[in-house]
This record gives sequence, C-alpha cells and structure tokens, in this order.
Amino acid sequence: MTLPRPLPADAAARAVRLAPDGADAGGVRGLVSGTIPFSAVDGPGNRFAVFLQGCNMDCPACHNPHTIRVCDDCGACVDGCPTAALEVVGGAVRWRPDACIGCDACIAACPDASSPKARSVTPDALVAEVRPVAPFLSGVTVSGGEATQQATFVRAFFAALAADPTTARLTRFVDGNGLTPPAVWDALEPVMDGAMIDLKAFDDDAHRALTGTPVAPVKASIDRLAARGLLHEVRLLIVPGRNDAPDALHRAATWLAGVAPDVHVRVTGFRRHGVRPGASGWREPTAREIRGYGDAVRAAGLANVTVV
Amino acid sequence: MPHPDAVAPPTADAPTPPTVTPPTVTPSTVDGPEADLRPEARRELDAILLDGTLTYRQRVQRLAAFAENLRPMPPLRAATREALDARVICDMYEGNAPYRPRYLLPDYAAALANGSAYLELPPPRDLAEATWFLASMYANVPSITGYPVYLGDLDALLAPYADGLSEDAIVEALRPFWRALDRMLPDAFVHANLGPEDTPMLRAILRLERELRQVVPNLSLKVAPGVTPDDLLRDATETVFACAKPHFVNDPMMRADHGEGYAAVSCYNSLKIGGGAHTLVRINLKEVALRHEGDTEAFFTTTLPHDVEATAELMEARIRHLVERSGFFEHDWLVQEGLVQLDRFSAMFGVFGLAEAVNVLMERAGASGRYGHDADANALGHRIVRTIAGLVADRPQPYCDGFDGRAMMHAQSGIDLDVDVTAGTRIPIGEEPDLYRHLMAVAPHHAVFAAGVSDIVHFDDTARRNPDAVVDVIKGAMATGMRDVTFNLDSNDFVRITGYLVKKSDLAAIEAGARHGSTYLGAGNEAQAHCTQRATKRVVAAERQAGGRG
Repeated sequence: MTLPRPLPADAAARAVRLAPDGADAGGVRGLVSGTIPFSAVDGPGNRFAVFLQGCNMDCPACHNPHTIRVCDDCGACVDGCPTAALEVVGGAVRWRPDACIGCDACIAACPDASSPKARSVTPDALVAEVRPVAPFLSGVTVSGGEATQQATFVRAFFAALAADPTTARLTRFVDGNGLTPPAVWDALEPVMDGAMIDLKAFDDDAHRALTGTPVAPVKASIDRLAARGLLHEVRLLIVPGRNDAPDALHRAATWLAGVAPDVHVRVTGFRRHGVRPGASGWREPTAREIRGYGDAVRAAGLANVTVV
Repeated sequence: MPHPDAVAPPTADAPTPPTVTPPTVTPSTVDGPEADLRPEARRELDAILLDGTLTYRQRVQRLAAFAENLRPMPPLRAATREALDARVICDMYEGNAPYRPRYLLPDYAAALANGSAYLELPPPRDLAEATWFLASMYANVPSITGYPVYLGDLDALLAPYADGLSEDAIVEALRPFWRALDRMLPDAFVHANLGPEDTPMLRAILRLERELRQVVPNLSLKVAPGVTPDDLLRDATETVFACAKPHFVNDPMMRADHGEGYAAVSCYNSLKIGGGAHTLVRINLKEVALRHEGDTEAFFTTTLPHDVEATAELMEARIRHLVERSGFFEHDWLVQEGLVQLDRFSAMFGVFGLAEAVNVLMERAGASGRYGHDADANALGHRIVRTIAGLVADRPQPYCDGFDGRAMMHAQSGIDLDVDVTAGTRIPIGEEPDLYRHLMAVAPHHAVFAAGVSDIVHFDDTARRNPDAVVDVIKGAMATGMRDVTFNLDSNDFVRITGYLVKKSDLAAIEAGARHGSTYLGAGNEAQAHCTQRATKRVVAAERQAGGRG
C-alpha cells in the first residue's frame, strides 16, 4: 500500500521558478497541467475547466497520474526527449511547446511519473484565456491534480474572474478530493459558488487503501460544504472488491442522505483507462453491477443520483 | 410486405396443383415503335423504369427530370459551359429547363386568413380545419423536390386555433396531422419553423417530435435573446437528444438580413416568406483552387473573379428561363393568390469546398497550416469568402428584388455526389478541432451567408447528461454571431447528412428501398463522405436525381 508522502516539490514554488525573468516575480502564480475551454462533465452547464498540477492523494485508480506529483527539476526527462523540447535553464526544467510532439517520453522517464509540461500562469493571464470563451459558459471549474493544493492561486484566480466584467457572471466551482483543511475552505468560500467532492470510500481502511489518506477530512469537507449550501455534487467511484460491499455503500449513502439529501450524487464504476500498473489488474464492474450500486444509493433516500 | 401466412408452403396434405402444359409454339414478339433516344439516354430511362426498389412517386419524379433534361440548357458562354462540364460550377442538377422556383415559401398566414379560391377553401375556424387547410395547401406547393420545402412557422400559424387548449389537448389534437406530415411528404427537406416566442403550441410540437421521432418535418427553432427563454432552449435540446432536431437559427441576425418574414427551409436555407429562391448555383472552391495557376494574390485578382462570374452567368441564365419562359410567375395559383410574390425572390450563390481550397493554396505557398487549425489558414478562408461575397454583391441578377437585385450567399452543405470535398465552409469530417476552436474558426463566416450556413456540431454522449451545457453552447454561438447551429449526437437513431436527416435503420435497409426519397441521397452521401464514419453501404439509387438538395 502507498502511504501518504509529502509532495517532492511545492506546485507554487515550481510555478515561480518557471516564471519568466522579472515577470510578476513577487506575484501569485499557478501551476496548470491543462485547460479545456468546453467541458460538459465538470459541473453545471458548459464550463471552462482548469487542471492544476499536484495532488496530495496517490490513488492507483487515478486516470491522470501525471498530474499527481510536481516536477522537482531533477532533469531526468531532458535527455529522453526525442525532439529536444525540454531543457534546463537556471535550475528549472523548461518545456518548449512548439518543439513537443506529445509522445510523453518525459513522463515515462520521470521517477515520479510526473509531467514537466505543466505551465506557470498568473491569475490575470488565465482570466484572459477564459474571456473569449465566456459567452459559451455557465462557469469555470478548477480541478486537478488537487486544486486546493494551490488555494492561494485559486483564490486570486476566482477573485480576478469576479472582478472582470466579461467573466463576473460565471459561476466558480472547485472539484476536489476533500482533503482540504477548514482554513483553506475559509479562504476559498468567499469567492466560490460550489464544490464537487469525491468520496472514494466510506470506511477509513478502504479509503486509505484506495487513496493513501484517511477519510475523516473528506467527510468533514462534505459536511461543511453542505451546511453552507456549497456542495453541488458528490462522486462515488466504485471499485469491485475494494469499496463496493453492500453494507458500506448503504452506510455511505445513508450518511450522505443525512448530510445533504438533495445533493447530486454521481456513481461511477472504475475504469482501467489511463491508470497506473498498480490498478491495471483491478476488475471493472459490469453494467449490471453499476446499476446495482445506483439502486443501493437511491435506496438510502438520495433522490438525485446519476449512474455513469 | 405480405403476411408470412399469405403464401403457405405446400404441405404433404395439400392437394397437388394441376400441371400446366406449356404451349408448344412460342409466338414471336415484335418491338413497338421506339422514341428516338441515344443509347445512353435509353439506359438512363431503363434505370428508372426497371428499378423496382423505387417507389411509384420516386419513379415519377425521376421520369420528370429525365424528360426535362432531354431539352438543352439555356445558352451559356463557352467558358461558362466548360466550367460547368468540369463541375467547377454546378447547377445542382436542378434540370435544364426550370419550370418552378427551387424553393417557395408560401405565405400560409395570408392563406389561412383569407381562404383560397384555387383550393375552394374558406378560412378555417378551428384547429382541425386549420390542419386540413394546410395539408391541402402542401399538396399543391411545388419546389425543386416535388414536395414543399416550407410548411410554415407552424406554432405561430396554429396557435390562434388552439386558444384555451391545454398543452396536452394540443398534443392529442395535433398528433394525426404530425404523423401525416411524415407519411404524406416523405422527404427530409420538408421543413417547419418554430419560435422565437415560447407558447403551449411550440411546447406541444416539441413533445410530439420527441414522441414520434420522425424524419419529417425537418425543424428550425428561431432563437432571440431576451425572447426565447433558457427553459425552452433546454426543451429543444432534449428534443435534439431524441431526434436530432431542431436546428437553431439566430433570429435577430436573420431579421437584419431578411426582415421579420423569413424562414429556414430545406437544408439551412434562410429566405423570405412570400418569396423564395429561383435557383441555387454553386461554386466548387476546391476545383477553383486546383485549376488556379499563379500565386495566392492572383487567385484573388484573376481566378476567383473569373469563376464567380461564370457561376453568376449560369445563375442568370437559369433565372431568366424560369421567369421569362416557363410561365410560372404568370399562372401558378400561389402567384395568382398573392401567396408568393416575384419581388420577394432572389437566388442562392452557393460555395463549398472552402477547406480544400485553403489547404491547396497554403501548400502551394509552402505553408503547412490547415483550415480549421491554423490562424493563417483560417484567415485565408475568411478572405476567400469575403472576396466572393463582394463579387456577388457587385453582380446584379434579374428578378432578385427580394435581395436588392443581388444573389444571396449560401454555404452549400453538399450533395451525395460530392467526393473528397467538404460541404460549405465546414471543417472536413474527422479533422474538426475541439468544439470551441471549431466554432471560433467557422463563426466569422456566418455574417456573410444571408441565405444560410451549416456547421454541424458534434457532441458525445456525455452531453445527454448535461443539456444545460448544450444550451450554453447555443447561446454562446448566437452571441458570437453564428447564424445557424445544428447538433448531432453520436447515439441516436438519426444521422444528419448534409442538413437533412435519415434514420440509421433506413440506411441499413436501403437495398430493399426506402420510403423517404432523401434516404437515397443520404445513402449516396454516406458512401461518398463517410459522414457517419461507419461502413459504407452499396448505393442502389441513381445519383443524378433532379435538384440534389442544398
């Protein structure tokens, strides 16, 4: 089992290292692994989704494992790049998008299976990317990685969205793993409109096995966000044999129904696509099993359940 | 199909049928006198008369086209004739001697209000009478397809007869009429309009659409910010999920070009109600670019003006034949009763193959950027379209008072004969970038195409769980200046071909014949353009059916 371990390098620090010389040297920067201008699966309506690099969980079932760890500039990837799109400048590994062919040899060469391609942006620069898309959007969602690991940046980004007349009407959502401590929610809640939280297992031992972290902080986040009317959705990822025991599902759903009976619950069956070798041998649930999970969750009194 | 019991196989108990002795002497047969036909024409005729997979009406329509084309085309300059023969320009196989306008948009509201002397019908008094009145009109409205391409803004036309009726009651009252549209007018170019106001009649029609899932009528919803509520857009989106209809049209943009009385008909053709389009002539920009000699500047200064003028000349010749020689505008009942008026007509100047033209010119200039993906390539595409629009705006056309004496630009959405050339100004199938960049690449064209432009927006099945995301995209598209928006979802039983719909199950069954004439065009298009990205089907229908739609 993978135990929780500290991030090898802090995402914000890496974002500052990547900042162009002299540009916003003292300002807030974010480390962004990618953006999607139109997303229909990251909250209500059509949304601009921002994926931030770095996560404090280490789930074998993660579909984007290259977003978990933050590049520590060790340089192991540089020589392996077939098109010389990576170089070390001033102690930082830098990526030249124009030379990149997207072969992901860098991720294969990384001891942490991380990507050196996450880019460093200021809040204002990211707002400028959202602005032309704004007419097509209900809102913006920050995801990851774990977005709240870069809470200072997220707060500044959301505040900048709210201050810009073109983007002010957009709702601002956080898609998170729930480990976020109360002090971070305190900082984010004034500038956010909703959150979507994963509950990857209800029992602590199962949660530790699936994520390397305890479940109590996740439940505390769900409880807190629901009480403040900010809990938009809870996702239940079900892995056969690991967190699909009927009584555990029932207890999870019963607890959720007590905390937030109207919350949108998305029940998703595990899929192997993109996962690391640790989970590539795990079994995918059948369509019938997934329907059964949905029925079990609804039986606890949750009305707004989507089964994917 | 006969009931399986109708021809029972012989059984042991069945009496043996009497043996018939064949006549011993076969009488010799004698050919009757034959019309003077070239062997090629004779083969073409037989292909219609001896093809049992065509319905009676499909054969009659093809026979009419065959007969029309025994006559020569209106005279053209040699250069124009050469461009037509090389299919650089194309008359859509409308036929050599046009005798009815391509698209007619009768003023159904006036007919309902005044009744019709020709039809010997008084103004209807209730919903049942109104639907029968309209059905009677439809049987007498011509177009290039033989079926009406415009059924009216049916919500607005029928709402006055449903005053006080609940949505449920309207659904019940309208169901037989709605079914009959699909059964009586089996052609997916038959098009009704709805909106932009939200009414119980409109909601009832959307409900019927979701319930009946018919190919006919094709459907457009007019969308106006501040008038069309999000909730109605959501309802319409759910209807798209069910049956790939309606299209969404930008009402303020259309009104700016055509005035209040406009409608979208056939495939994305926006025209004036009480008028229409005499003809649609189109220019194959891919072929124009391939035949071009010289640099990119010469393309704009020499080649485009030459080929645009050839297109315009072909258009003018066809308009003149229709208006000056066919007698339509003197004698047709729609004209005589004022339901269409010559001064509300124009003609459609179609362009297609822009993507290939841009890519050819980029390659010749030593640039690698491709249309839809590269800023320079997109800018070149926009320049080509605007240059053509300028040339068309400077070229007077006769009998086109419906558009200030000029033809209207139209991004033509293709016909089944098109091979390796992309419809209108679309990005080639399979090459589309992500949806946002896709819309940004094509949106700048939309202002130019007063007579309609089609960009089909594909959503995967996740959108089905988030209809509000689709509503957001519709509103964004309108706000960004898109004129027409059409969605296709991967998983419903309909596939949108060029602008019309066919059922996937009908495509699969085409070898046994299909009830909807347009399904044949769909089968051809499917085979040529792989527009469903599925295995191609063998094509049984004759391709050069008159008037390949657009």
